[in-house]
Amino acid sequence: MKNVLLVGSGRAALLFAALAVRSGGSHAAEVPTAEQMWAIIQQQQKTIEELKAKLETTEGTVQATRKEVAETGKRVEETDQKVEATVEKVEEAAAKPPAASWVERTHVGGYGELHYNNWENDEAKTEKDEVDFHRFVLYLAHDFNDWIHFYSEIEIEHALVGDDDSGAFNSGQNNKPGEVELEQAYLELDIHENQSLRAGLQLLPVGILNETHEPNTFYGVERNLVETNIIPSTWWEAGLGVHGELLPSAFPGLSYNLLLHSGLQVATTGANAFRVRQGRQKVAEAPAADPAFTGQLKYTGIPGVEVGFTGQYQSDVTSSTLADDNISATLFEGHLIATKGPFGLRALAARWDLDDGPAATGPATGPSDGRDVQWGWYVEPSFRFDAPALLPGEAGVFARYSEHDNNAGDAASVDAQISRWDVGLNYWPHPDVVFKFDYQNEESDIASGNNDGFNLGLGYAFF
Amino acid sequence: MHSNRLLFGWRGAPARRRFFLRRLCSCGALLLWVTLAHATGTYQAPEDFLREVFAGQVPAPKKLWITDELKRQIDAIMDHDLGVLRLSYWARDERTAWILEEIGKEQPITTGIVVNAGKVERLKVLIFRESRGWEIRHPFFTDQFHNVGLKPDTQLDRNIDGISGATLSVTAMKKLARLALMLDAWVKDHAEH
Repeated sequence: MKNVLLVGSGRAALLFAALAVRSGGSHAAEVPTAEQMWAIIQQQQKTIEELKAKLETTEGTVQATRKEVAETGKRVEETDQKVEATVEKVEEAAAKPPAASWVERTHVGGYGELHYNNWENDEAKTEKDEVDFHRFVLYLAHDFNDWIHFYSEIEIEHALVGDDDSGAFNSGQNNKPGEVELEQAYLELDIHENQSLRAGLQLLPVGILNETHEPNTFYGVERNLVETNIIPSTWWEAGLGVHGELLPSAFPGLSYNLLLHSGLQVATTGANAFRVRQGRQKVAEAPAADPAFTGQLKYTGIPGVEVGFTGQYQSDVTSSTLADDNISATLFEGHLIATKGPFGLRALAARWDLDDGPAATGPATGPSDGRDVQWGWYVEPSFRFDAPALLPGEAGVFARYSEHDNNAGDAASVDAQISRWDVGLNYWPHPDVVFKFDYQNEESDIASGNNDGFNLGLGYAFF
Repeated sequence: MHSNRLLFGWRGAPARRRFFLRRLCSCGALLLWVTLAHATGTYQAPEDFLREVFAGQVPAPKKLWITDELKRQIDAIMDHDLGVLRLSYWARDERTAWILEEIGKEQPITTGIVVNAGKVERLKVLIFRESRGWEIRHPFFTDQFHNVGLKPDTQLDRNIDGISGATLSVTAMKKLARLALMLDAWVKDHAEH
């Protein structure tokens, strides 16, 4: 009974108090009657039963909630696993396109440059006021697997290729100025770590511009004269070669390039006799009996610095045009590229030595005397900086001084040396897009005079 | 005297053809020899790089989901979408390590980058798949990134000199360094809030 009283609720206490009041204030201390106590006990028991029922209900609810939480947690975990698996599959699919998709293994790129030339020639009394989409180039490359690759480059020069005014193609009369050229088409086999074998029609490893001549990579609208008339860029031949690193542990950054390839076929008569630029056969039904060999050593082991040397041997630059004689030739070239922060410097020198050949037609004593030696050099400092406010990208200024001579042999009867200053500005709103301006001033004693004036250009490249 | 006769010792086209064929055979033999030794340009496996970075105790990788805001920042640096929903990274104390890829000219270059207190602690080319530009793997180039940070405009706070002939690979490395620095700042900023 005591226990029951102790656990009595507030409601029982109130009942007890009510009974006490009803029995009179003066008798408040009197002990309740048995009937009253029984009523109290009955009420308390009822309350206890109600509380027990509520407790059982609450416990059931708690159990159910716990079960629901556990099930929810399990579902969350399962969902996490499903999301993880889905994301992994999506990422795998994105990272590894279907092996059969040749599109994924084929790459397209290109570059182009539009030029405006405004020159005057005081000697010849001529002017050049001309706009020309000089080069439009498309690259196409394909990976057969992870070590056999194909590269190609096709170029439209001077925008328009077509028949002459009478409809005849390549008649020599009023031909359209353009050319379509296959400048690269070769297979490259990565035969060892950083060692590759290259076979096919390819650019020769000589000079600065011959292999890397996208317009955003060099200063000046037109390419420099030395790498046009002495190194006849762009110069490609068919051949087989190997290139790669040389002693990478001892000399990191030292590389080589060896190539056995088709040779030149220079003219032996006329104004362009023995000029190397006009001797490029461009691998178009080209005589191949007189091979040539080119070797290059290059050091790029200091950031921003490249030092390169190239030697070439031509077994007969006339490609057996002269029945009784071969005119062999050697080309030596060296160059330096140095970039430190905003400062840049390019310098290059190149020299051809051709065998004298027969007196009647040879480069030393023939109609184009003095072409047994042809040389040129240039130096080009530059400064690159962030574009002025409100303009995105970068800008750069440069100056270039060059000399070259295609008739530098002892027997030369004329002084054909051309000296030239170029100064100008490049603006790159994007690293692969460039706008150019330059001014050129030539000095020479050649009969055709000097071209002085300015050039404007734009260029782009993408890969 | 004509030097080609001295060198090649023949007269006439048939002899020159024989010379050419002999050289072709030599090159073919060279090809066979080196093909046997064909190998890829894996300089260090990514897992080995991580073991080295964390002294053998590699923490569990964390996943960084690429939200719209983060994607905008990534695209601004890389000039393209990464094409993934999230990135893995490894973090301990102030250091985060990232294994990232970017295409040089045609193939992805796998690169490991460690960022410590907002500066590049280490950048290493792990796998190089291009046919040129491999010079970027050498320490003479990658050491330039040591202690490089990020300016507010997400450009590197120090000039990195390039390698002639490897311009595209160099550009890819600069982008990845910027990306790792930005991601490091992102995860730390979002962990704090």
